[in-house]
Amino acid sequence: MLLTSLYNYWVVIALMMIGLYMVIAQGNLIKKVIGLNIFQTSVFIFYISAGKVDGGGAPILVQGENLYSNPLPHVLILTAIVVGIATTALALALVIRIKRAYGSVEERDIQAAEEFQAAGQDAGEHKPC
Amino acid sequence: MLSHLPILQVILPLVAAPSCLLIRRATLVWLFTLGVSLAALAVSVLLLQQVYSTGPISYALGGWDAPWGIEYRIDLLNAWVLLIVSGLSAAVIAAARSSIARELAAGRQILFYTLYLLCFAGLLGIVATGDVFNVFVFLEISSLASYALLALGRDRRALWASFQYLIMGTIGATFILIGIGFLYMMTGTLNMADLAARLPALGGSTTVLAAFAFIFVGICLKLALFPLHLWLPNAYSYAPSIVTAFLAATATKVALYLLLRFTVTVFGVEFALASLPLELLLIGLGLAGVFAASAVAIYQTDIKRMFAYSSVAQVGYMVVGIGIGTATALQATLLHLFNHALMKGGLFLALAGLVYQVGGCRIDSFRGLGRTMPWTMAAIAIGGISLIGMPLTVGFVSKWYLVTAAIDAGFWWVAILVVVGSLLAVLYVWRLVEAGYLQSPPEALAMIRREAPPGLLLPTWLLIAANLYFGVDTRLPVAVTAAASQFLLGGAAP
Repeated sequence: MLLTSLYNYWVVIALMMIGLYMVIAQGNLIKKVIGLNIFQTSVFIFYISAGKVDGGGAPILVQGENLYSNPLPHVLILTAIVVGIATTALALALVIRIKRAYGSVEERDIQAAEEFQAAGQDAGEHKPC
Repeated sequence: MLSHLPILQVILPLVAAPSCLLIRRATLVWLFTLGVSLAALAVSVLLLQQVYSTGPISYALGGWDAPWGIEYRIDLLNAWVLLIVSGLSAAVIAAARSSIARELAAGRQILFYTLYLLCFAGLLGIVATGDVFNVFVFLEISSLASYALLALGRDRRALWASFQYLIMGTIGATFILIGIGFLYMMTGTLNMADLAARLPALGGSTTVLAAFAFIFVGICLKLALFPLHLWLPNAYSYAPSIVTAFLAATATKVALYLLLRFTVTVFGVEFALASLPLELLLIGLGLAGVFAASAVAIYQTDIKRMFAYSSVAQVGYMVVGIGIGTATALQATLLHLFNHALMKGGLFLALAGLVYQVGGCRIDSFRGLGRTMPWTMAAIAIGGISLIGMPLTVGFVSKWYLVTAAIDAGFWWVAILVVVGSLLAVLYVWRLVEAGYLQSPPEALAMIRREAPPGLLLPTWLLIAANLYFGVDTRLPVAVTAAASQFLLGGAAP
C-alpha cells in the first residue's frame, strides 16, 4: 500500500540515490555531469509531485472545473530547470577546457597529472599561482 | 527613490552586468564597474542608516504583498552583511584594474567584469531577499558566476578546481532546494517571516527536521565548514588574485549569513538549538575546523593556499559563535564576519600585488620582501597580526567577544581552545614575517625596489588601515552588531 500510494516519491528517492552515486563513484567527468543531472531531475519530480492535487486539473479557469493542482511548485521548478541547464552547460564547457589542458576527461589521469605538477613545483620550479 | 532602496541594491549590479558588454574598452568597463560598486555601497550605507534609526524595512516586489509576492526584508542583520559585501567589493574592484590586466588575456577582461557584477548581484540578492526560493535562485546566480570566475586562472589546475567546486556547490544548492521543498509542503509558504510564524506549530515533525538537515548541510557545503571544506583551498589558490580576494572576503560571509538566517530566524533558536544537538555539533565542527585547517596551513608553501586554509579556520570561529548561541556570542560572530572580511580582503589584495610583481606567491618569493616591496610586505604583516588577533587590530576585538561569550556561557574549554587556536595562526604568519624581514632577498633582485602599482597598493592599505582603525575605535561595529544580535534573538523568541 505504502509502495503504491507514494509511488512518485519512491521514484524520486531511487533517482536521487542513483544520481548521487554516479557523481561520487564515476571517474569520467561527463558521467559525473550526467549523474548530477539525474540528481537534479529527481528534485524536479519531487516538487511537481508535491504540487499535484488528487483529481485536480490544470489551473486554468474552465467552466465546471473546481479542483486545481497547485501551480506554484510547477512554476518554481521551471526556474530550477533553467538553473540546472545553465549548470550543465557550464560544467560541459569546463570539461571541454579540461580535456584540452589535460588531454583526458578521466579523474584518475587528471589527478596523476596534478601530483606530477605539484611534485615539480616543490622541487623549486616556478609556476604562477 | 528612498523607498525603493532594497531592490536598487540588487537590481543595480544585475542590470549593470550585461551592460558591461556594450562598452568595448577594458579601462572604461573597469570604471563603470567601480561606479556600480560605489553606488551599491552608497545604497547599503543608506539602508543601514534607515534600518538603524527606524527598524526593519519590508519591500513588496512588484507591489504584491508579503506572503504571496516576493518580499525583500532588510533588518539590521542583512543591512550589516550588505554593507560588508558592497564595501569589500568596492575596495577589491578599485584594486582590480592593473592586476586583471596582468593576469587575464585582453579579450577576457570585459567578460571578467560582467561575471564579477553577476556574482556580486547574486551575493547581494541572497542577503536582501526575504523569500526562501529567491535565496536559491540568487545562490545559483552567484555560484554559476563564481565557477566561471575561478576557472579564469592561468594555471590549468584552476579548471579542475572549478569543476570540483561546481559539483560540490551544485549538490549543496540542490540540497537547499530539497529542504525548501519540504518546508513548502509543510507550511504552504516561502516567505521567511511567514515560515518563522508557522513552523513552531508543527513542532518536531520529521519532515521539518529533514528540511532543516538538508538546508543545514547544503549551506555548510557553501560555507566550507570543516569536513565539507575540501573544494575551497584549490578554488582559491588557482583563481586570479582579484577573484580570490573578492570571494574570500564576501562569499563565505554570505553563506554564514544564510546559516544564521535559517537557524535563528526561520527555524528559530528554540527549534534549532534546543531540540537538536546543534550546539555541540557547531562548536565541535567549528573547533575541529580551526585546528585542522590551521595545522595544514602551517605546512603550505603556496601562500594563497595557506591563507585559503586559514579562511576555513576563521569560518570555524564564526560557527563556534553561532553554536554558543547567546547574544554576546552571536555578536562575536557578526563582528568576526566584518573583521575577517577586512583581514582577508587586505591580505589577498596584498598577495595580488605580489603576484603582479613577482609572478607567484610561494614562500620563497617572500625572501627579503621587506626590502624589495616594503609597503606590500608591511600590509601582509599587519594583516597577519590582525588574523592572529593581537590587540589594536580588529582580530583582537572579535576574539575578545568570542572568548568572553564562551566563558559567560560556561564553555570555559571552548575559550581555552579558541586562544590556543589563535596561537597556531602565529606559526603560519611568523613564517612570512621571518622570510620577509629576516632573510635577504635572492641576489639578482637585491638592489631592485619594485613596489606594486599604486592603484593596487592604495585599496590594500585602505583595508589594512581599516583593520587598525576598527581595532581601536570599535564604536560603529560594536553598536550595530549588538543591536543586530539583540534583534535576532528577540525577534526569534516565540
